[in-house]
Amino acid sequence: MTSIGGLLLALTLAPSIALLGCLGARRPRIAEMLNLLASAISFACALPLPFLVDGRQMLFWSDYVLLDRVSAWVVLCSAIVYFLASIYAVGYMRLLKEDHRLFRFYALFAGFGLTTLVGPLMNSVGIYWIAIELTTLVSTFLVAYERVAESMEAAWKYIMVVSAGISLALLGTILFYWAGSFVLGPTYQMTWAVLREAAPRMNPALTILAFLLVLVGYGTKVGLAPMHSWLPDAHSESPAPVSAMLSGALLNTAMIGIVRFLGITRAADLGQLPQLVLVAFGALSLLIGALFIVRQRGIKRLMAYSSIEHMGMVALGFGFGGTLGVAGALYHMLNHSLNKSLMFFGAGNMMRAYGTKEILGINGVSRRFPVQAALWLAGAVAVTGAPPFGLFLSEFTIMRAGLKPSFSWAVYVMAVLLIVIFVGFMNHFRSMYCGPAEDAAPPGGKVSAWCAVPMWLALAPLLVLGLWWPAGIWSYLTSIAPSVSP
Amino acid sequence: MLVQHLDPLASSLFSLLAIVSLLLSFVMLGSRWLKNYLYAFAAESWAIAALSAAVGHYGGYPELYVVAVLTLLFRGLLLPYLIWRIIGRLEVDREIHEILQPSSGLVIGALFVMFALAVSYRIAAEFHLELTIAVLALTVMLSMKLIGFLMLAVRHEAISQILGLLVLENGIFLGSQILVPGMPLLIELVILFDLLVIVACFGVLVGYLVTHVGTTSALDLKRLVG
Repeated sequence: MTSIGGLLLALTLAPSIALLGCLGARRPRIAEMLNLLASAISFACALPLPFLVDGRQMLFWSDYVLLDRVSAWVVLCSAIVYFLASIYAVGYMRLLKEDHRLFRFYALFAGFGLTTLVGPLMNSVGIYWIAIELTTLVSTFLVAYERVAESMEAAWKYIMVVSAGISLALLGTILFYWAGSFVLGPTYQMTWAVLREAAPRMNPALTILAFLLVLVGYGTKVGLAPMHSWLPDAHSESPAPVSAMLSGALLNTAMIGIVRFLGITRAADLGQLPQLVLVAFGALSLLIGALFIVRQRGIKRLMAYSSIEHMGMVALGFGFGGTLGVAGALYHMLNHSLNKSLMFFGAGNMMRAYGTKEILGINGVSRRFPVQAALWLAGAVAVTGAPPFGLFLSEFTIMRAGLKPSFSWAVYVMAVLLIVIFVGFMNHFRSMYCGPAEDAAPPGGKVSAWCAVPMWLALAPLLVLGLWWPAGIWSYLTSIAPSVSP
Repeated sequence: MLVQHLDPLASSLFSLLAIVSLLLSFVMLGSRWLKNYLYAFAAESWAIAALSAAVGHYGGYPELYVVAVLTLLFRGLLLPYLIWRIIGRLEVDREIHEILQPSSGLVIGALFVMFALAVSYRIAAEFHLELTIAVLALTVMLSMKLIGFLMLAVRHEAISQILGLLVLENGIFLGSQILVPGMPLLIELVILFDLLVIVACFGVLVGYLVTHVGTTSALDLKRLVG
């Protein structure tokens, strides 16, 4: 227990110290190294966590911190993305040539990393809400970092839509507390475990109302359609490392809230309604994602809509439920974190090389950047859910989970939309890779090692996880399933 | 449970304060001057602070006095002051392009209150609380929520949108004082502090909007589509 406590302390302390160090030092090179070091420490601390937790819930620091299998998993996803994005940021942010205010970027970046690592670990339902709100506040300024009209607009929409959405989650949380107070008396500590225990005796009508509010509230943050409107703007207008963090770390951090509340409704035995609503949101996200991917013109917006699609997929997995659904959805979270980092890094490199965010402005990638092109294309194949990459396995598992009479319609919808997305994605890549020959510059464009290495680091595990789903991970993920869904 | 056995005087005092708050959000809905929104918001916060103190007194929750004082200071004075400073830096003092006339807004707001009442009555009936203040508390909570969203949807000025968000929060806070007065103090305090940070962030962002976009109206934010 004490060693795990030490790991958690180091996990959270490292980015906090980096945050203060960046503000104190005010030097760009020191700030980037501090943040990189902090992210490496956080990653090193998060990596052993899933191996150390057993089936029980472990509480730390006067019961404010909860480590169980779900939170260890999501923290690991966040830590991976934070580490990869920090390596990438060193190379990418130097290209912006704004060294004088770079220390602010790294201070905010470390703060953002901190909030995404801390959020999943919160034991109190109320404090979890506050942690999610904090992720918004910190990341707004990262979205606005480039100080141009577009990023200001994106930041404003982001903070407005998400704050309004998340206030619904607060209302839902209060109603959960109220429902619990009929069982537990007027004053009690509202932790996940307490709510779960009280759930069977809570009033079903009120619990359903509260769950729907919470689902819409945190669903806004996850980017489920139709509450996704902030997501393409924020993801496309922020610097590329921030886009990767928003997509790979932040969305999972909010998803875990939905998963935990789903577990509470499962304990309350409310029938199929909660799952049905989640499946409906997931299918709609897939539809919106597919439609906008096909006719997309911005390269980062393409990736953003793909995030909506993948979060819809995760929602479908949890909605279908069962061992397969839950394990598939959690596996999908990890694969998506890796893959979307890779895609945003590649998009950032190409954006800088061609000086445009438009897909039409990028052509002849395969001739100018042969290695980058191969790497990015592998990522694109993976992100559409094609074998042999991790997302294929997780999507296939989710699909198998849905093959039961009540949800089979969603599986058909999912299959059709995945094909549409595959065609749409590959078509965009075709146009970028095989542009008109006369425009294409000769090969030899350079991408710095800082910007290329994290892409390799993301692709390698993605390929391994696609070829081989380790038995240890399988049994780890399936052991989570009973607490989330029937 | 506080709402189940409440003496009539306390009950009518709570009702009065809750209804005053609801009316003040209608004042915000029916006006087009930013200053008016702000005064209505400040007054609404004072009513909520008074409500906290009253619940603390009649329900025997001494910690709610702390919440009342902090609500008065933060929501009633500090937040309006911060927003007043933001307004002072801008050149707009009223909504210019209206999607919805204030009068139509009032009618829609009234429909929202009816809807909220129907939902609240249904929920309260589950607990046999139809004849208590719980119905009113839930109604005010849900209708302020809906009115806040209406303000967010039909108003474009950055300030109106910030105030719309704060109305959402005020509604939740008001309802929670009556329904769950025993909620741990820590959460209420952190949420109060959180609001302060949100408004500070909004202040900075409004400054950015003016500098880099040259407008504070959401109608002009239309570069990012598709």
